[in-house]
Amino acid sequence: MKLNKAVLALAISAVILSGCSEDEKDASLTDGTQNAASGINDASTSGLNNGSGLAGSEMSGSGMYPNAHMGPEFSDPNNPLSKSTIYFMLDSSQVQDDFVPVIAAHAQYLVNHPGQRVVMEGHGDERGSREYNIALGEQRAKSIVSMMKVQGVSDGQVQIVSYGEEKPAAEGHDEAAWELNRRAEIVYQGK
Amino acid sequence: MRFFKNILLVGLISFYLPSSYAEMTIEITEGIESALPISVVPFAMQGASGVPVDVSFVVDADLGRSGYFKTLDKQSMPARPSTTEAVQFKDWQAIGQNYLVIGQVTEEHGQYNVQFQLFDVYKGQQIMGYRMASSAGDLRRTAHHISDLIFEKLTGKKGVFSGRIAYITSSRQGRQSNHKLQISDADGFNAQTVASSVEPLMSPAWSPDGRKIAYVSFEKKSAAIYIQTLATGERVRVAEFPGINGAPSWSPDGSKLALTLSKDGSPDIYVLNLVTRALTKISKSFAIDTEPTWSPDGSSIVFTSDRGGKPQLYIVSSQGGEERRLTFSGNYNARASFSPDGRSIAMVHGNGNNYRIAVMDLATKAFNVLTDGPSDESPSFAPNGSMILYASRKGSSGYLSAVSLDGKMQQKLVFDSNEIREPAWSP
Repeated sequence: MKLNKAVLALAISAVILSGCSEDEKDASLTDGTQNAASGINDASTSGLNNGSGLAGSEMSGSGMYPNAHMGPEFSDPNNPLSKSTIYFMLDSSQVQDDFVPVIAAHAQYLVNHPGQRVVMEGHGDERGSREYNIALGEQRAKSIVSMMKVQGVSDGQVQIVSYGEEKPAAEGHDEAAWELNRRAEIVYQGK
Repeated sequence: MRFFKNILLVGLISFYLPSSYAEMTIEITEGIESALPISVVPFAMQGASGVPVDVSFVVDADLGRSGYFKTLDKQSMPARPSTTEAVQFKDWQAIGQNYLVIGQVTEEHGQYNVQFQLFDVYKGQQIMGYRMASSAGDLRRTAHHISDLIFEKLTGKKGVFSGRIAYITSSRQGRQSNHKLQISDADGFNAQTVASSVEPLMSPAWSPDGRKIAYVSFEKKSAAIYIQTLATGERVRVAEFPGINGAPSWSPDGSKLALTLSKDGSPDIYVLNLVTRALTKISKSFAIDTEPTWSPDGSSIVFTSDRGGKPQLYIVSSQGGEERRLTFSGNYNARASFSPDGRSIAMVHGNGNNYRIAVMDLATKAFNVLTDGPSDESPSFAPNGSMILYASRKGSSGYLSAVSLDGKMQQKLVFDSNEIREPAWSP
């Protein structure tokens, strides 16, 4: 796989919404009741807000081997480093036995490459409330990170980001999709 | 009006026909039998150029969709009067109409004068009459304002037709996602994007004065909370700590923001003073604490916590202190929303794979499940407390829906986006 990096340009646009001239309107209401005045309404001009928050960053592609750009071992199906998604049971942040060797391999790699950083993304399925699912996703990511730290990975090497149900891996709305969405993803940074 | 107090059904909001931008349709899935007959006669038009908005049509649609009124279609009207003199009350009595609305729209040099009158058909009396000026661009708002005036006059409840809703949409093209924070009129028209990002946007929350929105953005590949001023599009980042920065909720006086941070370990509730920037930790459990919502009197904060093993709602003083469990019905109660009078809270009530909207009376603890599920979330009260707006899904189609507090009236709103969620009704 060719370097599968995509530069994702983030565009935060803000539509600038201008207020209406309420004075004219109020004057002609027979009993002085006011048309609710507020800043946003139909009279609008749109423009880009080039203020805070515009940022571009690199992200690894999410093909079969999302971290393939890190080296051949990350796309060798016989190497546990080729696996970067850890799946979880319903309502659980407990790591299942199947994934212990995968996590151990990544931890060992990070110990051997102390300059290397990863983002541990936590995700959940769509059921239940969204902010609560953010918290559940974080718990999943944390349970993996704490295993890695036992192996010697340092705090500075791992950043935890929980997306909750906001970035589903599978778009369906059934048990099959939910299973794929209850997960954590190890995303290598840079290189 | 005693008669109206006897109507059990509280309900009000109007969402209807698609505009070119927000393709939305409305379906009243459950209505009420006691809706009042009202005729909104097409307003007479005077002036050189045409009128860009059919004002009486908007009023008719608002009132009809509120569930409180049964409007009469044009074809069934015995006449189309636009002045008091032209009204023959007997004709309208004969077809069982209780109320009659007539009006005129006059155009002069691109400015409009809108005039309307509301009559009690049986008494043969005018109940209300107004004349208001409007620019072309404001005609739709003027129409909603007329609906509010009529609604309040006849039901004693404040109308919410002039309100707006904020919500999140997302779409995907291949691997690229696009997330938008949008604001539309209460009827779905005039949808405008106020923020968009390829990374998720979440949890829009209106400031109490309706001028700002706080929301969560992952645009920097981690969560941060922003406050955006709607009129200018300017925004400030108010929270960007390691870990979760989520679930913003404004204090009723607008000076503070309750939020969820996990910077010290487990997610906890904090209060951020927007003036001094002081940050106060409110909840202190080792479990998940999130989704704070402020009581309307500012004294307390209700939040979701799984400290008991499953998510339930808890209440704590907004200064911090003893945390007390509120919900005991079922094993999943989350994402509380206070009614404007502070007497009840709406929530997501989960049971197995079924997530529905429930409402609980804080004094009596009476617990009512209002919706059918299975994927209902993000309840938000209308500012007059009559209805709860929420997000739902059937199959692959996400939509917004509104339900009356007794669950008897339901409206389904369908936007052009199949991924629409987290509706928040403006103050």
